[in-house]
Amino acid sequence: MILYFLTLVLFVMGVYCLIAKKNIIKKIIGLTITDYAINLFIIIIGYRAKGIAPIMFKDMTVQELAEYGVDPLPQALVLTSIVIGLGVLSLMTAICLRLYEKYKTFDMGEINRLKG
Amino acid sequence: MKPELVSSESPKGMTPVVKTVTRFAMGIVFMFGWYIILYGHLTPGGGFAGGTILACGYVLLTLAFGKEVALGKMSDRWASIIDNSAAFLFVATGLVGIAFGYFFLNFPPHGEPFDLVSAGVIPWYNIIIGLKVTSSLFAIFLALSIFGRFVSKLVEEAEEEE
Amino acid sequence: MTMQSTYPLFTALPLAAAFFNLLVTKINKKAADYIAFLAVGTLAVLAVLTAFEQPFAYRVGGFPAPWGILLVSDGLSSLMLIIVNVIAFLSVIYSIKYMTTYTAKPKYYSLFLLMLTGMNGVVITGDLFNIYVFLEIASIASYALVGFGCEHEELEASFKYLVLGSVASTTILFGIAFLYSMTGTLNMPDLARQIEIIGINKAVAFVIAMFIMGFGLKASTVPFHAWLPDAHPSAPAPISAMLSGVLIKAIGVYAIARLMFDVIGPSEAVSSILMFLGALSMLVGVFLAVGQSDFKRMLAYHSISQMGYVTIGLGLGLNPNVPPAIAAMGLIGGLYHMVNHAVFKSLLFLCSGSFEYRTGTRNRYEMGGLIRKMPVTGVACSIASLSISGVPPFNGFWSKLIIIVAFVQAGYYVYGGIAVFVAFMTLLSFIKLQRFVLFGQLPARFVNIKEAPFGMTLPLVVLAILCLGLGLAYPFLDQSVLRAASDALLDKLSYMGYILGG
Repeated sequence: MILYFLTLVLFVMGVYCLIAKKNIIKKIIGLTITDYAINLFIIIIGYRAKGIAPIMFKDMTVQELAEYGVDPLPQALVLTSIVIGLGVLSLMTAICLRLYEKYKTFDMGEINRLKG
Repeated sequence: MKPELVSSESPKGMTPVVKTVTRFAMGIVFMFGWYIILYGHLTPGGGFAGGTILACGYVLLTLAFGKEVALGKMSDRWASIIDNSAAFLFVATGLVGIAFGYFFLNFPPHGEPFDLVSAGVIPWYNIIIGLKVTSSLFAIFLALSIFGRFVSKLVEEAEEEE
Repeated sequence: MTMQSTYPLFTALPLAAAFFNLLVTKINKKAADYIAFLAVGTLAVLAVLTAFEQPFAYRVGGFPAPWGILLVSDGLSSLMLIIVNVIAFLSVIYSIKYMTTYTAKPKYYSLFLLMLTGMNGVVITGDLFNIYVFLEIASIASYALVGFGCEHEELEASFKYLVLGSVASTTILFGIAFLYSMTGTLNMPDLARQIEIIGINKAVAFVIAMFIMGFGLKASTVPFHAWLPDAHPSAPAPISAMLSGVLIKAIGVYAIARLMFDVIGPSEAVSSILMFLGALSMLVGVFLAVGQSDFKRMLAYHSISQMGYVTIGLGLGLNPNVPPAIAAMGLIGGLYHMVNHAVFKSLLFLCSGSFEYRTGTRNRYEMGGLIRKMPVTGVACSIASLSISGVPPFNGFWSKLIIIVAFVQAGYYVYGGIAVFVAFMTLLSFIKLQRFVLFGQLPARFVNIKEAPFGMTLPLVVLAILCLGLGLAYPFLDQSVLRAASDALLDKLSYMGYILGG
């Protein structure tokens, strides 16, 4: 139960970084922390107390794996989600570098030409 | 590999200690990466994790020896070619399954469990994904740090001031 | 090879073509046009042919449901596939000539094909996590395409869109994880069965809130609309047409409809939330659109307002308190307005691209009298403006009429009144557009401009004919396509039956 609460704390820290900091790099880091908090939440969902890793060795039966192993499906979901987070992070960094070239600043408060 | 580029007296790259240790460690890094890719259907890992290790090996090469050596090993043109052909092969292998019945069907013979050559088409997918992730991550590193106009502009401004 | 076994080609073909494109154009740069044209043309033909099939479910990899991924084809999916692929085909024809003003054309085609993969994937899949994966593919491709010409404002709009879109995707993933932890399955027909058993308790209500927030941002409902007026004008014109005409429907409204109708089921709370948010979108969109001077920014605000019409139609369809015939009529009105909006909004954005290609400006107070110099584009723009304002006999009139009649018959007079008022304000805004852009004084520096090239006027003519044809052919459409789509949504039992099929 305390693990879910700590995941929520990590999520809120990420959102705080995204909203309250002015530097664009800090906003990128905040968004990445938020992504990783949700990945952690997904892994914790599949946890089972006193469980073993869902890898099958040569002398195990399928019943043993189903009874003692943790749920492997959320781990597959998290693998995909980490790769998607990587794609978004690399695109954000590339756009941030081009923004520095055009506006000559990393301060998000000065990048506001679009209004109305 | 031209000997004068990787000698300890070359001006680019890091100190001789780093270069010597990297020369020993590179083989281990690449072998470890290929081990994770090839045994992906038996132990944890697989295409993406092994590909990331290999890409980090190339980044280590760039940091220790300078960019000419790394570009001599895998240039940006080759990275793009490997990337796109690996992705195209992935979808094409999935489409071959349609001829056997279903999309992404596991059509090769499955073999014995716990062997190295088993589980049908899964080791083939692991190798393809490993190649694609290696070339993709190294291309991202090149595009952001070495070929980025941001860096080249700062270098130009620094040279103008001198 | 039957029609059923070509169903996964909708995602496999654009994906293979995108990477093959980047390989071939290292040798010859002109081949990108042909590859994109052939790939998207094949998909458009396949989409029209798939609409004639009986509903089926396709098992990917031969694994039986619920352990494998299902691809479901019913009335709603085939309708969405036709809209997405036909408008994509016309955008590709348009961009063969238009994108010569930008550099790096092969990369544009690859990103376009990736975005098409994502949209097709969201529409055909029957697995909840698969929707998230394809949604992310389409979204990341569209973030890159919005900032394609790397000017100051385009990069800023792309960054803003990226941050807001990522927050929405994170919220959707949170909802999916929560739903998995409650039911233990990710297959959508199986989820429908489990939620029947559990009932709508507090946890399911939390998941509904997460989904409405996440997919509502992708569909640009107020109060999640802040990215759209910056992102849609900054993109190149054929991408604006795709984003505004297809993307916000395929990954926004379609996902809300599929989840709220078929997986969770009708309930009164969700219905009133959707109707309220839809009415708010209609009002906010049209009030902010009247005073804009930028042509494309005004069209972007009108997109928000018209998607409000579709949302209130969906909301009426979910309401269990009105008689089923009236709920079905509201739903048909919403779906029909979705089809119509795709046609006339992409026509408007392509026309604005033609004007910008010849005159070099997007500010409508600087243009004037263009109908004398560019007659085909001008007439197409007039037809689209009359359609969106709801003037008979064009198609916008019929869909708005069905929505208003459904609301008045159901007893919601306030929503019907809001719909009529917003239609009047839309007409006002577009009369102002016509007067400034098409009629009026021609500025001196535009005396020598000519009509847009043939490759750019052909899609405009096709879309204008479709505007007129979709309006006049409403009875035929009602029997065949729209009735099938709304039946597929309202009938939760038949959706649960797909778990056995394939």
